[in-house]
Amino acid sequence: MSSPAHPTGPVASAPAPGGDHLLEPPLPYRMAPRLARATKDIQLQQFVATATRLKDTKRIASFEATFGDRLGAVRDLAASIKQHTLDHLDHYLEQFIDNAQRAGAIVHYAADAAEARNICLRIARDTNSTLCVKSKSMVTEEIRLLPALEAAGVKTVETDLGEFILQLDGDAPSHIVTPMIHKDRTAVARAFVRELGAPYTEDPAQLTGIAREHLRGLYRRADLGITGANFLVASTGSVVVCTNEGNAGFCISGTRTHIVVAGIEKLIPGPEHLAVLLKLLARSSTAQPLTVYTTLITGPRKQHDPDGPDQGGVHIILLDNGRTDLLRRGGPGGAREILRCIRCGACLNACPVFRKAGGGHAYGAVYSGPIGAILTPSLKGLHNYPDLPHASSLCGACGDACPVCIDIPAHLIRLRAEMTGLGLPRGMRARKAVIALWTFLLKHPRLYRLAAATQRTILRALADDGPGAPDPMADRRWLSALPGPAAAWTQHRDFPTPPAADFRSWWTAHERARHGGRDS
Amino acid sequence: MKVALLITCLTENFFPRAGVAAVKVLEHLGCEVHFPRDQTCCGQPMFNSGHHAHARDLAERTVRIFAPWEHVVTPSASCAAMVREHYPALLADDPALRAAAESLAHRTHEFASFLTRVLNFDPRAHGLRWDGAATYHPACHLRALAREGAPDATPALLRSIDGLRYTPLDRADQCCGFGGLFAVTYPDLSGAMARDKADAVRATGANALVCNDAGCAMNITGACRRAGRGEAPRTLSLAEVLAEALGLMPEPRASVGDENGSEAPQP
Ligand code: SF4
Repeated sequence: MSSPAHPTGPVASAPAPGGDHLLEPPLPYRMAPRLARATKDIQLQQFVATATRLKDTKRIASFEATFGDRLGAVRDLAASIKQHTLDHLDHYLEQFIDNAQRAGAIVHYAADAAEARNICLRIARDTNSTLCVKSKSMVTEEIRLLPALEAAGVKTVETDLGEFILQLDGDAPSHIVTPMIHKDRTAVARAFVRELGAPYTEDPAQLTGIAREHLRGLYRRADLGITGANFLVASTGSVVVCTNEGNAGFCISGTRTHIVVAGIEKLIPGPEHLAVLLKLLARSSTAQPLTVYTTLITGPRKQHDPDGPDQGGVHIILLDNGRTDLLRRGGPGGAREILRCIRCGACLNACPVFRKAGGGHAYGAVYSGPIGAILTPSLKGLHNYPDLPHASSLCGACGDACPVCIDIPAHLIRLRAEMTGLGLPRGMRARKAVIALWTFLLKHPRLYRLAAATQRTILRALADDGPGAPDPMADRRWLSALPGPAAAWTQHRDFPTPPAADFRSWWTAHERARHGGRDS
Repeated sequence: MKVALLITCLTENFFPRAGVAAVKVLEHLGCEVHFPRDQTCCGQPMFNSGHHAHARDLAERTVRIFAPWEHVVTPSASCAAMVREHYPALLADDPALRAAAESLAHRTHEFASFLTRVLNFDPRAHGLRWDGAATYHPACHLRALAREGAPDATPALLRSIDGLRYTPLDRADQCCGFGGLFAVTYPDLSGAMARDKADAVRATGANALVCNDAGCAMNITGACRRAGRGEAPRTLSLAEVLAEALGLMPEPRASVGDENGSEAPQP
């Protein structure tokens, strides 16, 4: 698999904000160290579990209340809208570019992260921008835009409350919708005291007030606004941004220049399709019928508009960064399907592994949780993220939650199979040999029965607890420590031995009795 | 009605009593049960871990071995899902095999679903009696079967048994953390999930845990034992509960260390 250019580029030497290493770790990224820390951090797990469970429960209830038994049909419709657009993306891209330009926007195409950053920096330079206000956007995290702007002397402020706090704390988002899921109020209070000189308070209303005051001052002085896009509407050339805090509106109403950074997969054909997807997006994310603000931007400020970017213009940067590579792999179950994702975060909230991993940082990339486990290796190379597709029990909660029906478990399995072909990572060769031997036994029933009998004898001899019940079928013993790689099992669980009696002997006797009975 | 038992490797080796119980219940309900002796494993571990050539080989032999039978019944939810969901695609390279796989997919049933959907089993007509407090963990693979329109039949069956005090698990649909090789590749994640499940089981106060998947059963009971210093509720399949409730199988004497097995452990 070809991996796209790694987005370090011209800012590699810039002083990285504290959170940078979390999302841009050295590659190949191995999960073990961060997982080891997270699985010991009970408080972290509780933060994540409480927040995700609540969202998951509310999502299910709101879907049930709104759609009832039509939910399946609505999800199928949403999936087909996104899939159709992806299947004809060239057409819709051209249409969008035409219409956006007609509305007065300036459209750029960036092949990779470095190109996207450079376009942003050029716009900032050309417009003499020095202060940038930015709303929450995963794709700007993906291209590591903020450190690039700061290094170029453009002070950049995150205006989403969660992202604002993470920026103050030198931390990185750990959830695609709820970036601060790994933190609590006391961490916010401490950051405000330290970085803003505010008085210590844990009261949510007061904390929000402090942030609002601080940000309002910045909005007035900022000359550049940057947002992402939740959708790009091809037939109108509009950019759709959904927020709950209204900060995206502030980012673009007072500034001279607006830059939108959007992955090319954000396209949808028309407003009628937007209606369907908006219905699902907020419900999937936060169980709201709609986000509090849904902002549609079609070109720069017009003559009668009260506000909006003017001199500097509206720039839309369409980002590829590995996406066309995925697009090429279409067909049923092909990797293209992954690009349907509307980044609602429902799969993260549904995922028991995400909870135990203490949120997104364990995934070593901007996109985390189940969708991250398939998207990150697909965009950045399986060899760079060999662990992600394996860190799942394949329970299927993610696929059931997904409003656009991405069969996440099937993609995890597909990536595992691709990796088997690649022979990655280290240690997989040993596993491959074991599985080959195991399969060989299973193809030869006699050998299989012999192996099963041997296994029974050995395990029962090793057992440290027993004997069990007098009924030989229920006479099970237990091991508290298994040898070799199997010891991983007994770190946390006892292991059962087979019972004294086996099924086939019973069956032989049973059949003899049955035939005996029938014959006589 | 002729029925072949697909016992599956984990059940055969670790929970043979579930296989015996399935045979007894099916025969009691008038089925002629067969056990094709060459069967081994459906290939699920190979498939899930991405070793698809091996999984394909095992799928092919399973399809051939079970070709003659009108119905194939398995006490394992995940193996039923493997056959129904993945066999046709795995064998897609050979049209004849693909057709055979599709046929097997249609003929293969998880035990509880076979009882209710094919045999139209009406528990009230059989005078079922089973004394004790039980809870139930639905295997995640039942999600896949439910999506196909075969919702999990076990809870309703358990509720219909006289004397059985059924308490649902808190967050029953949360995965127990087994996940095949996941359990040993990510033991900390898997172990933490298993502990949650063990806590939920303990909170019900039940002295029996019903589970229709050998993998989950090994994982949850192992975690219960570890948490309870060797004490754990009795783990059994729906087939065993029904066989006992129908008087086809004696309830086994409790295992050592669990001699008061008929009494609920105090939560
Ligand atoms: S994969 Fe589906 S559930 Fe997960 S974030 Fe994307 S759209 Fe939402």
